[in-house]
Amino acid sequence: MAQLLEVEQLKVSFRSHGGEVQAVRGVSFDIGHGEVLAVVGESGCGKSVTAQAIMKLLPKRGCNIKEGSIHFEGKDLLKMSGKEMKQLKGSQISMVFQDPMTSLNPTMKIGTQISEGIIKHKGLDKTQAKAKALELLKLAGIPNPESRYNQYPHELSGGMRQRVLIAIALACDPKLLIADEPTTALDVTIQAQILDLMKDLQHKFGTSIMLITHDLGVVAEMAQKVIVMYAGIVVESGTVADILERPKHPYTIGLLNSLPNYEDGEKERLIPIEGTPPDLYDPPTGCPFAARCEYAMEICVEELPKAFTVNDGHYSRCWLNDPRAPQVAEFAAAGRDES
Amino acid sequence: MKFILKRLLTMLLTIWVITTLTFVIMHTIPGDPFSSDSDVLPEEVLNNMRAKFNLDKPLPVQYVLYLKNLASFDLGPSIESETRSVNTLIAEGLPVSALLGFQALVIAIVSGLLLGIIASLFHNRTIDYAAMTIAILGISVPSFILAPLLIKFFAVQWGMLPVASWGTWKHTILPSVALAAGPLAIIARFTRSSMLEVLKQNYMKTADAKGLGAAGIVIKHGIRNAIIPVVSFMGPLVAHLLTGTFVIEKIFAIPGLGKYFVDSIFNRDYPVILGTTIFFSVILIVTLFLIDLSYRLIDPRIKLSSRGD
Repeated sequence: MAQLLEVEQLKVSFRSHGGEVQAVRGVSFDIGHGEVLAVVGESGCGKSVTAQAIMKLLPKRGCNIKEGSIHFEGKDLLKMSGKEMKQLKGSQISMVFQDPMTSLNPTMKIGTQISEGIIKHKGLDKTQAKAKALELLKLAGIPNPESRYNQYPHELSGGMRQRVLIAIALACDPKLLIADEPTTALDVTIQAQILDLMKDLQHKFGTSIMLITHDLGVVAEMAQKVIVMYAGIVVESGTVADILERPKHPYTIGLLNSLPNYEDGEKERLIPIEGTPPDLYDPPTGCPFAARCEYAMEICVEELPKAFTVNDGHYSRCWLNDPRAPQVAEFAAAGRDES
Repeated sequence: MKFILKRLLTMLLTIWVITTLTFVIMHTIPGDPFSSDSDVLPEEVLNNMRAKFNLDKPLPVQYVLYLKNLASFDLGPSIESETRSVNTLIAEGLPVSALLGFQALVIAIVSGLLLGIIASLFHNRTIDYAAMTIAILGISVPSFILAPLLIKFFAVQWGMLPVASWGTWKHTILPSVALAAGPLAIIARFTRSSMLEVLKQNYMKTADAKGLGAAGIVIKHGIRNAIIPVVSFMGPLVAHLLTGTFVIEKIFAIPGLGKYFVDSIFNRDYPVILGTTIFFSVILIVTLFLIDLSYRLIDPRIKLSSRGD
């Protein structure tokens, strides 16, 4: 097993009053040591559910991991006992959440919140854990760690709190950090700072990162590999250059087209992707994107395409990549590289 | 400090308002302490007795006299029991009532919290339903039904505990349990609903992601955040339990404070009515004050300010 994390054919569904929601419908990807993988897609496409499945944070009741495997350093997390998993959580794999305003316990000093994980996993006593926590706060770019240590979350700004959450996540030198939209809830200048911090720490420690985002700018900044998710499946995966410059899936192209282009300096209309994602209570048999896709063919509605290899490491789940499909001019012109 | 001073002043003012209102309302009830004796006693005797308790003076004068005594913590004589003052009544009854109340409080808080937390952890499962059934029973079965039932089984049938009256610690068990049932149920329900809210919060997920044990997550991160609604309910509860309850003390023949609250009204025993009301108010106001202070300890986001109280 060369890779740090290998997710194979993961399927997760939720029971609800209306029936079964198939949130994740066969997702596979892997993350190598020291690698940053970006997971891109719109709300409800299964990004967060995938992340929480890896961390086993999904609710025990009503949620069902139906199929697949998640191998971390060769061991299948899904077959692990609760106790083994607790050993791993927070020490080998850790997570930074989307909303720093609500992700810290409001009635506990931030110092305690950082050091409790250290005490649990590293077996340090309180004084040693405090020293380590102060070091982490400093590392996370928080000024006056000594006084911040004894403060409560409400005394910190959103950006500061996200730094604290990053410090908590990195407390036990994890091999894999899952960052679930770490900058979504922050304003733009703070976003840049947090991304810089994450990049910095990633270089320093060689931590692998699974970065969930819907911001393609963040992807370009941080990641080496990208998977694009739509309606619970991976529609395209490849290197950052593959996805951002040579996308081979109409959904990816749509995402890129809906980004504002600042470079030309001229006003340009954004091209939205019309329509909404399919209902996951009863997902379509064919390609889930077919209903919104301007290139949709008959086969798209009838059969879910397999992942076509575009070139080594770049896969697209779109019938247009079948040799028999008509050649679409946009594919050559897709992305922004030709302008 | 400024907050505390301001609060103390407000508390004094509140006590004064309560005293005045009670005084006025009490005297508007028809009859006086001796009206039931008016058939048997000659008019002169009645007048003498009224004079003894200053009841022949105009109301404003009586009011000023009462306030004067109150300022020196003298609640006056009891008209009904000639030899004892209201101060003595309270001094004799309070330790009994307070002991019962304190035990009931401990039972109610400890089991109520436990029941509520367990119910929330097993949300919508059998254990949850069972716990909430107990809670509904506790709220809906009145103490005057629960108490005789407890006596019937634990005292009469199984002979484990004394039937009634006051003496050893064993005597306190049944009344404490009977007293605790209602508050226990309410605390359990409050705890359950606020705990369910807390369990959904993102910081609980953060704690889970740290790899902490399930019990650690609930104890260290859950309870403190869930307890505020429960604590708010505690104020009136503490005052009620500590000052004794009429029904339970009557059923178990316990020489507590509870009976004076009710008896004094029927006897038009003016000093006892006023005395017990003021005493209860003081306990209530002080508990509420302490609870306000405790919010700050529980949740650091709550700031004590002297504004808007």
